Amino acid sequence: MTHPVDILLVLVILLNFLVLGTPSLRMTIRGAALQGVLLALLPLLVHRGFGWRVGAIAVATMALKGLLIPGLLEKAMRDVHIRREVEPYVGFVPSLFLCAVGTALAILFSGNLPLAPEHAGTLLVPASLATLLSGFLVLTTRKKAISQVVGYLILENGIFVFGQLLIEAMPFLVEAGVLLDLFVGIFIMGIVINHIRQEFSSLDTELLSELKD
Amino acid sequence: MEVGLVLLPLLGAVVAALVRSPERRAWVVPAAGVLHLLLLIGLVLGNVRAGRGFWLRLDPLATVILGTISVLFVVAAFYAPGYLALRRDRDNRVFCSGLLVFLAMTSLLALAQHLGLLWVAMEATTLATAPLLYFNRTARSLEATWKYLMIGSVGIAIALLGSLFLAYSAHVGGAEPSLLFDDLLAGAGSFSRPWLRAAFVLLLVGYGTKMGLAPLHTWKPDAYGEASGIVGALLAGGMTNAAFLALLRVYRVVNAAGEGAFARELLVFMGLVSIALAAVFVVRQRDLKRMLAYSSVEHVGILVLGIGLGGIGVFGSLLHAINNGLTKGVLFLSVGNIHRAFGSKHLDEVSGAISRLPVSGSLFLVGFFAITGSPPFGPFVSEFTIVNAAIGGGHAVAGTLLLVLLGIVFIGMGSTVLSAVQGRPGTASAGTPYKDDLARTAPILVAAALVLLLGLWLPEPLVSLLERAAEGLEARP
Repeated sequence: MTHPVDILLVLVILLNFLVLGTPSLRMTIRGAALQGVLLALLPLLVHRGFGWRVGAIAVATMALKGLLIPGLLEKAMRDVHIRREVEPYVGFVPSLFLCAVGTALAILFSGNLPLAPEHAGTLLVPASLATLLSGFLVLTTRKKAISQVVGYLILENGIFVFGQLLIEAMPFLVEAGVLLDLFVGIFIMGIVINHIRQEFSSLDTELLSELKD
Repeated sequence: MEVGLVLLPLLGAVVAALVRSPERRAWVVPAAGVLHLLLLIGLVLGNVRAGRGFWLRLDPLATVILGTISVLFVVAAFYAPGYLALRRDRDNRVFCSGLLVFLAMTSLLALAQHLGLLWVAMEATTLATAPLLYFNRTARSLEATWKYLMIGSVGIAIALLGSLFLAYSAHVGGAEPSLLFDDLLAGAGSFSRPWLRAAFVLLLVGYGTKMGLAPLHTWKPDAYGEASGIVGALLAGGMTNAAFLALLRVYRVVNAAGEGAFARELLVFMGLVSIALAAVFVVRQRDLKRMLAYSSVEHVGILVLGIGLGGIGVFGSLLHAINNGLTKGVLFLSVGNIHRAFGSKHLDEVSGAISRLPVSGSLFLVGFFAITGSPPFGPFVSEFTIVNAAIGGGHAVAGTLLLVLLGIVFIGMGSTVLSAVQGRPGTASAGTPYKDDLARTAPILVAAALVLLLGLWLPEPLVSLLERAAEGLEARP
């Protein structure tokens, strides 16, 4: 447990709880941003040798997940003058409880999967699955479009953690493509958020409920 | 030269964005579509030299799926100028470029021989189609776009995790660190089984979301319901097939690793659930486009069911990908015309479509008979093959269930379609000046003719192509 990677991963997991437990929208965005910054350090610690490829990934991750995307989200938040996630579909305490259950299940589940010798004993797999589940929780239990995008961001963070297991097997091109897709995806979501605001003068996705059978 | 299939439409998208006149811009789309199809034909016939690329290769599976998408795209693209001429109120720059980016990214997906590249292309197709869905700029289309984007992105994210699981399964098994499908297939025997199984489940959920398999289909009725005819056709006939191809690439690896039986069970289950759900929702559906969306859920179910049944079911399934793609083109484009003429796609306002629009109304009826598997159209042959695979392959229960459900869908869709096309037009349609003309019916006629042709005669080269594509997807003894 004293491995530096594990300390970082525990912080990542704690940030999941922070994002799920706070009613302040700014805090959710900042929490996700901080998680992004921590994740940017991960490749440097997991992959001991400091090659240019690993360095490039770390810098790109830091710039995108830590600065650019949270910046876009904060700008969207300021533009629509909202500060709080009022009344999510599931309350803050129940969602924290669900997050704890999810984290426990992630640890149990990853115990059943055989790990490569060099990864045995680290928290990479459980942290990845727990973060993924928290992202999914944020995505499904929040009403505000911006919160849902933050949920998507955290979900992607969880996948990024898992990607660290494979840093040798994934050529740079693919990693760059993944980051680019993440950025473009959030960018397009930002545009849609903007249109939702113009159309409905609010960012409650609850208003998006006209289409049904 | 395969890379040309990706670069050519991308170039077309740039040209479309630069052209000033909206009328001329609309013609860039069919021009680029035709060039794409010609290049594809050249590559298949060997007139254009194919590269020996590791990352991009036009293998038989890619030829089947990309061939379908390219033909469907040309049909939809020739419909586009006629459609956009009616929509002069909207700037069509993003729309035209978006269509071509979609073609480029589906080509990349079809050619990709690398697990990661495949995923990137799938994500890019999602992003390219989001602005297309939002073309109408209404509150309803915005809602559809948001759901499509959120559910689609989560699906894609799960597919990414599945891809990583698959790679890690290879890593734990001690295979060379490579995500090329050639290497994955070669080393599949030593993969770690628990990771591989988990990977397949995640990839089925992820790419299944993009295909619209039940219960991951929730975005589909909304997106198809609000999409214009062209976009509906490309989503239902192009996007679903592209996602199907992605799933097949993964299934090949799982099959090669000896976990095929596990995967096939899941595919049969998901297939039957999708068909059953579609049968429930298609009955009494009063919105024509939403009805087509549930029909699409049904047919992606048939596609994965065919693969899950194995044997000749695989051949039937690949043939069905072609038939379903082209028939969806007929249905969505003709419904688009009906929508224009009546100012509605709902049975409350739509009736007597054949007397109001003799050509589009009849084509819609033809499309209905084709998609529900009536002879002599193409889908009859492929669905019959899949039913045969079920009964002959010892899946009597699945086969019987399939037949019953197909019957329910036929009756359910039939009652909606017949009340739309028969009778006299209500007063609502008198207000719109829309008339059928060659620009908006000829492309549909071509697609309908192809669907009929495939039902009457399967050319020998196509049969051998399908047989080569089915290789590696069949059950391993």
